Amino acid sequence: MNKIFEVPLYPYERSPDQDALNAVRHPVVIIGAGPIGLGLAIDLAQQDVPVVVLDDNDKVSFGSRAVCYAKRPLEILERLGCGARIAKKGVEWNIGKVFFDERQVYDFNLLAEKGHRFPAFINLQQYYFEEYLVERVRELQAEGKPIELRGANKVAAVGTHPTHVRLEVETPEGPYELEADWLVACDGANSPTRRMANLDFVGKVFEDNFLIADVIMEADFPTERWFWFDPPFNRGQSALLHKQPDNVWRIDFQIGWDIDREEELKPENIDKRLRAMLGKEIDYELEWASIYTFQCRRMEKFRDGRVIFAGDSAHQVSPFGARGANSGLQDTDNLGWKLKLITTGKAPENLLDSYDAERIHGADENILNSTRSTDFITPKSEISRIFRDAVLDLSEAYSFARPLVNSGRLSVPCTYDDSPLNTPDALDGAPQRTRPGSPCPDAPLGKGFLLDKLGGGFTLLTIDADADDEIVEDGVTATRLALNTADDATGGLAARYLGDATSAVYLIRPDQHVTARFPEYNEAQVRFAIRRATGKE
Amino acid sequence: MSKLTLTANIPGADDFYAELIEAHEGLTKTESDALNARLVLTLANHIGDRAVLTEALAAAKDPKSG
Repeated sequence: MNKIFEVPLYPYERSPDQDALNAVRHPVVIIGAGPIGLGLAIDLAQQDVPVVVLDDNDKVSFGSRAVCYAKRPLEILERLGCGARIAKKGVEWNIGKVFFDERQVYDFNLLAEKGHRFPAFINLQQYYFEEYLVERVRELQAEGKPIELRGANKVAAVGTHPTHVRLEVETPEGPYELEADWLVACDGANSPTRRMANLDFVGKVFEDNFLIADVIMEADFPTERWFWFDPPFNRGQSALLHKQPDNVWRIDFQIGWDIDREEELKPENIDKRLRAMLGKEIDYELEWASIYTFQCRRMEKFRDGRVIFAGDSAHQVSPFGARGANSGLQDTDNLGWKLKLITTGKAPENLLDSYDAERIHGADENILNSTRSTDFITPKSEISRIFRDAVLDLSEAYSFARPLVNSGRLSVPCTYDDSPLNTPDALDGAPQRTRPGSPCPDAPLGKGFLLDKLGGGFTLLTIDADADDEIVEDGVTATRLALNTADDATGGLAARYLGDATSAVYLIRPDQHVTARFPEYNEAQVRFAIRRATGKE
Repeated sequence: MSKLTLTANIPGADDFYAELIEAHEGLTKTESDALNARLVLTLANHIGDRAVLTEALAAAKDPKSG
């Protein structure tokens, strides 16, 4: 067994808050030190917003759990100071193969577009992911940034007030009280915070069980995602094989609804499944096994007064498509800068309404994709299975059927079309992919990349256009990044940001989403766009 | 405006119908269902017009409303 599960990463330490006469008030308290809570905490601390993270545990999560991370979350993590490290440790993959019965029906290549710093996908065990985030927290602490991580601090009660939230926290040395201007619940799909607040979490339940077996083995399978529909070793069901670092392989068996969990989890029964799939002679060590079921659901609203929900606590999807942790990181990306502006008095509280609007839009897109994948993988009716099998049968010989094969639509960031923060598109002839609301696609710039040059605040990106170097509107600063097509050796920048336009001025949010774009600089228009992007128009 | 052709459009209608039935000859119910599904998907791809496909689904679902 991997030692990383056993070592406390953030052991309990007594906080001065526990000895204070009155409950100490913090600008932001986060519940949950998983990938989402830690990601948000790092984002806030980097912007000098004091943040306290509470977790009832003190170790990384047990088992590999979330293992697929997409390009956009890697870009977000790089903004948080740890994307390169995570990408380096991760296993990069591009090829996926789909098998039906005994034969391979087709393969696909994610064919990552050139000119991006990060790959389309990497696989990495969640425990490494959390470990690296905790290391990043320690680095920030060493720099004097206001971030605290309190292990063995279990939130027992949440009291909501118009101006703050009051928390009762249990520790090994007894309870204490704490106050927060804003509380962010990143405490997972079974969110105790959500249950204490008695908020709805409704959606579709899928009557199926999946067995995860993460095994350590020397195997000469290529670094590819292999997906089986109705294979001989798991008749009538599906299976998935995926590689993680350190020779750990994720194997996922669909096992049906009426099962005996205890029986299925016995090592000898898992061993039978593994040998049927991989061959009688395999030599492996079982690192982690787990049975999961899933639901596709979300909260009606992600904000309840001063309590905000992010990640699985707010929305839950099936694992097909890797849309869980990936979308949770996009929640924190969306939320961090808004909390910064609000806690420093530079934006009104109603800016948070846009968190709800934008991330509910994202969650609905993820739930739709995830539900469709699940319906294809586990058909719910006889006719659904007949069509599913027809698609698979046709896909081997006829390319037309391949786009219908759905073994998971892999996570891509959503575009915040219709966001209340967007200014209508004013750049004629420019590509759709960079319209207002879009996440900025990366582009090569000399020896570096575009996204690395976008700072932590608003950026005014000018391409072959003049502008002021800095513009401050009602306390919010936009800093100019001046680029010229003469420096765009690969043409990647022009292809992604100009299209048929000859010049462009983009206003880019701190989370690297486009919020307005124009053919040239007009100060009044940019000032309006900044006001709009910060909830003031 | 309807884009779906709902007037007679197959030359040699009797021949086509016979061919359709013959294709199912000797098949079990399961095999026939699978053939029909493959046929629907193949034809749908050939049509390739989302609006027409939606109209076709509606027309097939409720033939009395035509």
